[in-house]
Amino acid sequence: MAMAIRAFLIFVLFLSSTQFCFSLYEDQVGLMDWHHQYLGKVKHAVFHTQKTGRKRVLVSTEENVVASLDLRHGDIFWRQILGTNDAVDALDIALGKYIITLSSDGSILRAWNLPDGQMVWESSLQGLKMSKSILNIPKNLKANKDDLILIFGQGCLHAVSSIDGEVLWKKDFSGQSIEVQQIIHSPHNDIVYVAGFVGSSNFYVYKVNAKNGELLKDNNVELPSGTYGELLSVSSDMFVVLEDTRSKIVMIDLKNEEINYKYSHISDLIKYSSGQAVILPSRLPGIFALQLNSHSILIKVANEGGLVLVEKINDAAAISDAVSISEGQHAFAFVQHEDNKIYFTVKDVDNWNADLLKERIVIDNQRGNIEKIFINNYIRTDRSNGFRALIAMEDHSLLLVQQGDIVWSREDGLASVVDVTTSELPVEKKGVSVAKVEQNLFEWLKGHMLKLKGTLMIASPEDVVAIQAMRLKSSEKSKMTRDHNGFRKLLIVLTRAGKVFALHTGDGRIVWSVLLRTLRKSDACERPVGLNIYQWQVPHHHAMDENPSVLVVGRCGPSLAAPAVLSFIDAYTGRELNSLSPAHTVAQVIPLPYTDSTEQRLHLIIDVNQQAYLYPKTPKAIDILQHEFSNVYWYSVEVDNGIIRGHALNSRCNREVVDEYCFDFRDLWSIVFPSESERIITTTRRKLNEVVHTQAKVMTDQDVMYKYISKNLLFVANVAPKARGEIGTATPEESWLVIYIIDTVTGRILHRMTHHGCQGPVHAVFSENWVVYHYFNLRAHRHEMSVIEVYDQSRADNKDVWKLLVGKHNLTSPISSYSRPEVITKSQSYYFTHSVKAIEATSTAKGITSKQLLIGTIGDQVLALDKRFLDPRRTLNPSQAEKEEGIIPLTDSLPIVSQSYITHSLKVEGLRGIVTVPAKLESTSLVFAYGVDLFFTRIAPSRTYDSLTEDFSYALLLITIVALVAAIFVSWVLSERKELQDKWR
Amino acid sequence: MRSKLILLLFVQLCFALFALSFAHSSGSTEGYTINGRVKIPSVGTKEFFLPGKISNVKVILNGGQRVTFLRPDGYFSFHNVPAGTHLIEVAAIGYFFSPVRVDVSARNPGKIQAALTENRRGLNEFVLEPLREEQYYEIREPFSIMSIVKSPMGLMVGFMLIVVFLMPKLMENMDPEEMRRAQEEMRNQGVPSLANLLPRSS
Repeated sequence: MAMAIRAFLIFVLFLSSTQFCFSLYEDQVGLMDWHHQYLGKVKHAVFHTQKTGRKRVLVSTEENVVASLDLRHGDIFWRQILGTNDAVDALDIALGKYIITLSSDGSILRAWNLPDGQMVWESSLQGLKMSKSILNIPKNLKANKDDLILIFGQGCLHAVSSIDGEVLWKKDFSGQSIEVQQIIHSPHNDIVYVAGFVGSSNFYVYKVNAKNGELLKDNNVELPSGTYGELLSVSSDMFVVLEDTRSKIVMIDLKNEEINYKYSHISDLIKYSSGQAVILPSRLPGIFALQLNSHSILIKVANEGGLVLVEKINDAAAISDAVSISEGQHAFAFVQHEDNKIYFTVKDVDNWNADLLKERIVIDNQRGNIEKIFINNYIRTDRSNGFRALIAMEDHSLLLVQQGDIVWSREDGLASVVDVTTSELPVEKKGVSVAKVEQNLFEWLKGHMLKLKGTLMIASPEDVVAIQAMRLKSSEKSKMTRDHNGFRKLLIVLTRAGKVFALHTGDGRIVWSVLLRTLRKSDACERPVGLNIYQWQVPHHHAMDENPSVLVVGRCGPSLAAPAVLSFIDAYTGRELNSLSPAHTVAQVIPLPYTDSTEQRLHLIIDVNQQAYLYPKTPKAIDILQHEFSNVYWYSVEVDNGIIRGHALNSRCNREVVDEYCFDFRDLWSIVFPSESERIITTTRRKLNEVVHTQAKVMTDQDVMYKYISKNLLFVANVAPKARGEIGTATPEESWLVIYIIDTVTGRILHRMTHHGCQGPVHAVFSENWVVYHYFNLRAHRHEMSVIEVYDQSRADNKDVWKLLVGKHNLTSPISSYSRPEVITKSQSYYFTHSVKAIEATSTAKGITSKQLLIGTIGDQVLALDKRFLDPRRTLNPSQAEKEEGIIPLTDSLPIVSQSYITHSLKVEGLRGIVTVPAKLESTSLVFAYGVDLFFTRIAPSRTYDSLTEDFSYALLLITIVALVAAIFVSWVLSERKELQDKWR
Repeated sequence: MRSKLILLLFVQLCFALFALSFAHSSGSTEGYTINGRVKIPSVGTKEFFLPGKISNVKVILNGGQRVTFLRPDGYFSFHNVPAGTHLIEVAAIGYFFSPVRVDVSARNPGKIQAALTENRRGLNEFVLEPLREEQYYEIREPFSIMSIVKSPMGLMVGFMLIVVFLMPKLMENMDPEEMRRAQEEMRNQGVPSLANLLPRSS
């Protein structure tokens, strides 16, 4: 009987565990994952509002996205993501139905179908010289000539048919060594003027026949001085440019086929002007804008060539291009920014006195300055002109402003995530407002009845819809408090614009966002860049009342020598607690495994002058560091020189100004790779916070192997110098890949291996005692993935029982990073079909759950691949024992099961990175993939063995219990009756 | 599935003329054009993927070095590709494409040879077809009595039914003498408790 019950229980357990498969059902989409689409910072925008029906705005962005947006709501109609080095130079509409983009420095011209984003044609424009790329689509032409597109790119002028992309003619200007800056098409006589400079002072104009590209005339004039910046065309025969001292404006006039020029002093136009002027590239008829100090000055070019100052705009302003509102009437807009208000002004170009529109719009002050404005006009019901404006802000967000209000806004800064960390949510307390989740019993039962119907597949279509809505809107997942399973967290992301966002893992909404003052452009900091984000304070035991905080490390410019900037942000509110602009630089940030009494983590910032700075700057922190002084080791990689060095702290800094928090360090070891045969391309180490459950690994023959688990292992991949480029540039004979596993405390090389005929790019992930890396095998012309597992051989003899009994084992001997244990490695390689963009391993709270590899493929999908497939012990014919252990028979390539794409039928466009965070529930790992899109889900690599699944039917359980109780009752009654009958007998 | 794919015979060389002229003008081996075509069967079996929709298909050269898109007729081209051995991948949601090894010959300008890397099949004509369709979701099994029976609850009910209806039958078949003996034994052992059912921990 007992056996039967046990067997039954095991059977039930087994069944319940196989119930939930890893893969998703289609109706489970959106239950635990979310996917948000972004565009990036808008560079160009063109409105398409002429026709009735859908009103669109077409944009191209710095993430190389071309998209069509709904003008009413800001939703994406379609979008196309070009390659990473295919930056869009210009965007326009041709024929009223095609979007024309010029990209890759003016060498690729594409036409996209306006309604659906299908590419219609593509044409490659070839030339020999890098040059400015200009796209000119002549407007207002007669219908029969409406198909010409003029492109200047790669040193040549091309005329392309807009119907099929055929290059009609090409005129090469690369021989003339002219830097072409403007092309003007005059519609009356079908002539193209190509204007530019040879050197900085010799102005050239070429007159080209637009029909056949024939050079009609060329003309040049030597200006008495050099020029600065870009040439701007003010009208069809007038150009302006700055003189090289930037104090005079040169006007160049092409009237009557002659070149005349005239100099005007800026100081004549505006009094007390000092500083460096810049001509703004806004295209306005008869007017140009000059930026001087922090003012914008609008200057009108009078008919006889005189300049008139028309307006001086004080604050930082953005000026739009002109739009034609009626025959011969042009309007343009400028916006000024003040605290949390923007002033949007539209003026007529010719009639300066009246404003066509003046609006004040209240705006969130976390968006920074206005960077770009694009305007569009529409006819109001009273036949007057209305204007709407698309505004790109400093934080890369996009706003549509109309009738004094923000119609929609998009947080497109999230398309350029730089770094990610997580933070726990506050603990649920009394008084903390929590969304109402408790329903009454009837609703609860109804919900579960619906679910039951769903699982039994007897639900009607309406029921299915109701079930789906119920599951998706479940407020449980988007609560602002910590949950028992640890699924709800805050993802704190740093974007390239210097804005920090906190996203809720439940639904991806923005909880708070802050544009960091330290990462904004200022006089002290010209081009700040955000580098990394770290968990600064994670209160759990000591300082429960404090909010967690994060540290953002940035730099005042792209070079390593630029000074560091630090910001500390409260993770619950987004308030900037503190910001520092220290004098030192930042080469590396090392979070130390020590925290002070308020749970602030100690960080060492290494600068380029061989000094380390301790943060937080408190005496307590110094005490802690003094205590652990000899235990702090780190390494640095000099990719250009091919050197890896190990470092340790040495002493306080020896400087005139005493800085207690500054330390010198010494080099412990260095590994110099021969530069003629090896170049470093990738280095990877283990995640510092990774938890490993057990060191021992039991083999099939009851043997024990000990994993060599050290936090100080570094994986280095080197390639032959000739094979550094991309695929297709090297032959198998001249390329090889050399990989190393290095101990970063002692500098010892634990393992070295050469893959002949292989090349990068190498993507690697290091976890526990194994490293998996992906590279390209030129001989087979396929991608490969290899695994290396490192085992500690010095502990291997502990399996001897006699030694254990006698006490000669070394299990209790302390593990030291200084020791040099004997290690053995096992490795194996497999083919993998796709190119890879990112690779990561799942991480769980206790490290018990088996691992999965998350592979971001070239198709921007994320594939979950069991680590078991990358087991070096796989053999062709595994024995029965090995099969029981779960060893898969050897195959030459890794299987790609389409159900194990965790992104299912979605794409994380422009995928750049994958982050995994353990949930509190051991079986589950949270996955965040970022690129142009953001995607979040949670996965259970060994299935959710420790909790009931979402679709567990409580109703079925209830029914079963009721049935059981009823059956007991019935059988009891029956047996009573039978007993009574027996007694009567 | 794979063997069913029919790959037609023909190498496209229509670009050879242009490539030649360019190679001469630049004096280098750069600048060949790879033209090809992606063919997706227009009969879609799944509703979430619009059949024959090719605006979301990308063609990727050398692991992301260049990305291009399909024209409405499915054709694509890469311009200015240097001679050498290249890799072309097709990214299309809903379909699995094998990467293609493309050899652009320097000696024989413009001559291009292509082969699928997954099954080493050479392509005579540069037409890429998916090896298989990808099914990203599990398909829900239609309702059946067996699924209920197989579920843990169903098993519980089933087990209970066996105990209630089959056990008495078994008891009836027992010899009354034996029955009495067993009952006596039980009495001697004391009250049967759950502890007796569980394995004793010695």
